[in-house]
Formats: sequence, structure tokens, C-alpha cells
Amino acid sequence: MNAITVKNLTRKFGDFTAVDNVSFDVKRGEIFGFLGANGAGKTTVIKMLCGLLTSTSGNATVAGYDINTQPESIKRTIGYMSQKFSLYEDLTVSENLNFFGGVYGLNERDLNDRIAWAVEMAGLTDKKGALTGSLPVGWKQRLALGCALLHRPQVVFLDEPTGGVDPVSRRRFWDLIFTLAEEGVTVFVTTHYLDEAEYCNTIMLIHAGKIVAGGSPRQLKTEHIRYPMLEVNCTGIIESLNILQQQDWVIESSVFGTLLHVSVENEEAGSRKIKEVLSEHNITVHGIERIVPSLEDVFIHLTDKP
Amino acid sequence: MKTILHLLKKEFAQFKRDRSMIAIVVLAPMIQLIILGYAANMDVRNIPMVVVNYDHSQHSRDLVDRFVNSGYYSILSYAESSSEIDSYIDRGDAAVALIIPKNFGNDLYAEKRPQLQLIVDGTETNTATTGMNYASMIISRYSQNIMVNRLDVSPGSQPAARVIPEIRIWYNPDLASRNFMIPGIVGMLLMVITINLTSLSIVKEKEIGTYEQLVVTPIKPYQLLAGKTIPFIMIGMADVILVLSVAFLLFGIPVKGSLVLLLFLSVIFLLTTLGLGLFVSTISRTQQQAMMTAVFFVMLPMIFLSGFVFPIENMPGFFQNISYLLPLRYFFEILRGIFLKGIGLTDLWDQALLLTLFGVAIFSMSALRFRKKIG
Ligand SMILES: Nc1ncnc2c1ncn2[C@@H]1O[C@H](COP(=O)(O)OP(=O)(O)OP(=O)(O)O)[C@@H](O)[C@H]1O
Ligand SMILES: [Mg+2]
Repeated sequence: MNAITVKNLTRKFGDFTAVDNVSFDVKRGEIFGFLGANGAGKTTVIKMLCGLLTSTSGNATVAGYDINTQPESIKRTIGYMSQKFSLYEDLTVSENLNFFGGVYGLNERDLNDRIAWAVEMAGLTDKKGALTGSLPVGWKQRLALGCALLHRPQVVFLDEPTGGVDPVSRRRFWDLIFTLAEEGVTVFVTTHYLDEAEYCNTIMLIHAGKIVAGGSPRQLKTEHIRYPMLEVNCTGIIESLNILQQQDWVIESSVFGTLLHVSVENEEAGSRKIKEVLSEHNITVHGIERIVPSLEDVFIHLTDKP
Repeated sequence: MKTILHLLKKEFAQFKRDRSMIAIVVLAPMIQLIILGYAANMDVRNIPMVVVNYDHSQHSRDLVDRFVNSGYYSILSYAESSSEIDSYIDRGDAAVALIIPKNFGNDLYAEKRPQLQLIVDGTETNTATTGMNYASMIISRYSQNIMVNRLDVSPGSQPAARVIPEIRIWYNPDLASRNFMIPGIVGMLLMVITINLTSLSIVKEKEIGTYEQLVVTPIKPYQLLAGKTIPFIMIGMADVILVLSVAFLLFGIPVKGSLVLLLFLSVIFLLTTLGLGLFVSTISRTQQQAMMTAVFFVMLPMIFLSGFVFPIENMPGFFQNISYLLPLRYFFEILRGIFLKGIGLTDLWDQALLLTLFGVAIFSMSALRFRKKIG
């Protein structure tokens, strides 16, 4: 059974369609990554699923409950961590935990157990009395996750939980997500980081309110980029890019740091032609190598299309 | 019920940590009361007066002396004819002119009704009203004296058929406007503090995003409503008691009537202000918006039109009618009634009833709107 099913979900703000006829399923217990640029509509989808925003049309169920008719039941079964940090900064760590555990109706013993668990999980044992506002971002995010998990939700929505967090804390946060998934919790997570997307079981790519692709990271890479991809190491990156983009045998090309990624129909012929055309323009080619496309390549491939 | 307790606990924990909040709730009311009690004490003294005396008798001089001795008036000048008065008043030099007709003294004893004329500069409402009140008081005391004197002179004779009516100034015999102001201040503070705190505490959570976190929990709208109003009922009532104590200790103004009734009706009044606070919170997205809306669209009109600044009787008819729609008007009357006159529900039931009706209506409409916004 699916933890979440979404059918033709649409949300308009006035004339503007932020979420346009979106459909997808999330399997129980998986890590589901929702990817998209700024303003793609990720948060809007999550808010509709959590009952914070009504849909303009369409339908969805979360843990088997209908978002339009059973929002109260949904609230009991989900955890939500919003994109903007939203615990009380003027309360201490344990006051926040007590408050959120309390309003979820945990009884005293359960509450104490869960708070002890959350504090341990978030690594905040000796920070219990600290004002939440004084914690570093990474710690705050772990506390927010702890608060969202006190009532043992079946499904958790994490809206950009690692935005603005340092790499070590990011890795640590993802370890928590893996542990959750192992325990059977469905994790619905949005992110801008493509390396994080690789950790997901399923990825859904949303662009300007529409779903453009979905599947496992491996599926996305093999299904959407069918041509060999070459990584070109050369001088004069921008000039080279301009030259290559004018060749009709180049399918796609883009800059990746100090390297170029170029798709061609045939690896060997392509490689030769690249060398030729670039040397004609006095550009030195240090090396050309066939690579497995990364999610970023897929992402650019899918969203750069006119 | 437990959920509400958790909400209250949270609210007070935040409150405790917010120093500016404590300043707003404790210091602001005291400072307001003290400033308004002293500075805006509308007790008028030394009103500049022009006198035109056509009579020149001993009696008319007596009357003028009484004006001077009262301390409320100082004689700016004596004019020869009433035509000179205009320029004094137009220039704003004099606020009051007293015109004593020819034969004033004789007429008094001849049992005719002498016509004293008092001209008041109406542009300064406050001085004008108080000035007139003092004048009528002085004149009536004067005429009373004359009658008493006459009774002394000829004990057998009947007092004159025409009795100059004694104007008594009730409830506030020395016209100290501080007495009049302080019950008003109680009402005003209660309103300002509860409307602001309620709307701001909700809008603040919207602004920083914690509101969203509350809404995804299973908290029911009515529980959130209780969590966002009960603390301010408590704070509001604490403020009433604070202000009453300061009024008594500092200005020696006790509550003449029942304190319990006063507190009870204050709670009823809070239905209105909490309702308005909730309403403001449903139409504002930022704290600034909430503050602006509350001040300019709710509180200022209420304060101006409910008889706190201008007596309702002095307002144009249109605004007098509007004032009937403002619950603060009823609360002011109740406060002044209980505070100064010491009257109880037997006299105030109609005001109390209207206050309750408005309170229940405003609160339930706002609560419904608040619920709909969450759901
Ligand atoms: N309340 C609103 N009123 C009007 N437009 C809105 C509202 N909320 C969101 N939008 C618009 O809808 C679009 C989608 O916004 P959304 O927040 O869902 O994007 P997102 O994918 O979460 O972006 P980000 O990565 O920046 O968080 C944006 O263009 C945004 O401006
Ligand atoms: Mg977002």
C-alpha cells in the first residue's frame, strides 16, 4: 500500500498556478525526494498534503486519509518540519519538546521516554536548558526533527531540512533519515542538493508546478540520458562551450565546474570530433573521458528544455 | 483541557522571558495613569476673564469678587461695553466674558429676574465646559446667599416666588476632572492592552512560522482560541487591579461601589476586546499591520467616540448615535457609575446588558472567523 497518493492535485494563487495537475505515489517506508528549483511548487504540495493549504482541485491521501475530508486524522499521523525553522526560539530545548509532545497528547511517561529519545537522537543532551534561539542551525534542525517525531508519525514531511546547514551536520541529518526509513517511517523530503537526492529511493522532479520526471536515481539517469556523455577537460571553457553548441552533432553540452559535459551519439566519433574542432580554434584539450551522467546532468537535461 | 494547559504554560514561559512584555504590561499602565492623572488633569484654574459691569452696585462687585476668590478665574480686564468683548475673545486673550446688566443689584432685590450673561470661548472645549460649570456654581451659590440673607433680614416674609435654581454639580462636587478621567483610564488601558496582546501574540506566531507548526498538530481551533485568550484575560484583570490600587494609593480615589461587580463587568468587557483582537489577527499578516489596524481602526475611534476625550453630550448628533455602537461607551458609564457614584446593577443593568450583548456578539463572530481561518 502507498503511504501517499496524489491525483491531479492543483493549487492556484489567483491567476498563477503554483502546482499544476500533479500526480504521484509514495510507497510506505521509502525515502521520497522532491526536487525542484526555487518556486517550483514543492512547499505548496507539502502544505496541501499536511492540511495547511486547501487544494484548488484534485485529490490526495496521506496514510490512507483523504486530505480534503480527513485533515484531522492526517494531523495525528504525520510529522512536519517546515522550510522555515518554526520552533519557539524563546523557549528552551526541553520546553519546546514538552510543549509539542504535550499538544500531541502524549501521556507523561510516554512523553518523558520520547523526549529522552529525541534529545539523544539530536545530540542535545547537555543543551536541554539552552534557549533554542541560541543553537547553531544544524542543531536547531535536529531539534525540529525531534519535535516532529515525538508522536511516532507514520509519515514525515521534511521541507528542505538541510538548507543552510554545514556538510558535517547535513551528513548527520541524513543518517537520522536513514534510521527512520529503516524503522518503517515514510520520509518525504525536499532538497536542492543533488548529492542528497542520490540517497533517496524515489525522486520526483517538479518544474514550474509540473512533474517532469520520476523514479529511482538509477532509472532517471538511464532513462533520460540515452546518449554517451563525455567529460572534456580543456582550456577556455566558455569559448569551447560556445563552439561545441554550434556543432549539429553535439546533442547537449553544459559547464560543470572547470569541465564540460557533452552528449554525443557515438563515444569514439564524438571524442574525435571534439578534439578536432577545438584544436582548430587553438584550444588545448587535456583529456576526454566517458562518464556516467550524474543527477545534475539529468536535472539540467530535463529542465533546460524549452 | 490538557492541551489548553500546555498552551497556557507555553504562553507564560515566553511571557516571562520577554522583558519588553513585562514593561508593556506593568510599567505602561502605571505610567499612563500617572501622566494622565497629573498632566492631563483637566482641572482648570485661572481662566482669563473679561468683565463688563453696567451695574456698578455693591452687589455686582460682590459677584465679581466671588469669581476671583474662587481661584478658577483671573480678571484680565474690565471693559466699558460689551462690544469690546469680541476682540478679547477673538484674540484668545480671554476665555470667558461676564456681562452684568444695569440695575443688577436692584433687580435682585426687586424680585425681578436679572439676566447675567456669560460668554464662553467654545474652541477649547475643556476649558469651556469646566469654565461654565464653575460659573454656574459660583452664580448659584451667590444667589442662594442672597436669599438666605434676606431670610435673615425679615424672617417672617416668604422667600421670593422666583427661586434662582441651584445648580448642583453631582458626584464630583469640586469638578476635579481627575476623578472623571481615572475610571476612563481603567477602561482604556484594559482595551489597549488586551486588543494588542491578543492580536500581536497570534500574528507574531504567523510571522515567525510557529503558527504553521501549531496548525499541523492536532490542536483544535477552540483550544488554540482558549490558549490565546485566557492569558490575556488574566493579564488584563491583573492590570485592572494594578491601576485601581495606584489610583487609590496615589490619587486617593477609591472605588465607591462594588469592586466585585466592577471586576465582573470588566471580564464581560474583555469579551469585546479579545474578540476585536482575534478579528485583527485574522486580517493581518505582520505585527505592524496588526498594530496599525488595531490602533487606527479600532482603538482610536473607540477612545474618541466613547466619551473618554470629548463628553458624548458635546459631540455632533451623528457621532452621538455612533457612540451607541461602541461597547466602550457602556463600559465607561459602568466604570464611572461604580467608581464615582457607587451605584450597582439596579441602576446599571441596561448598560451591563448592552455591554454583554455586544461582547457576546463580537466575540462569537470573531471566534468563528478565527476557526474558519485555521480549519
Ligand atoms: N501564498 C501565496 N500566494 C501567492 N503565491 C504563492 C503563495 N505561496 C507560494 N506562492 C508561489 O507559488 C510558487 C511555488 O512556491 P513554493 O513555495 O511551493 O516553491 P518551492 O518549490 O517550495 O520553492 P523553494 O525552493 O524556494 O522553497 C512560487 O512562485 C511562489 O511565489
Ligand atoms: Mg519551499
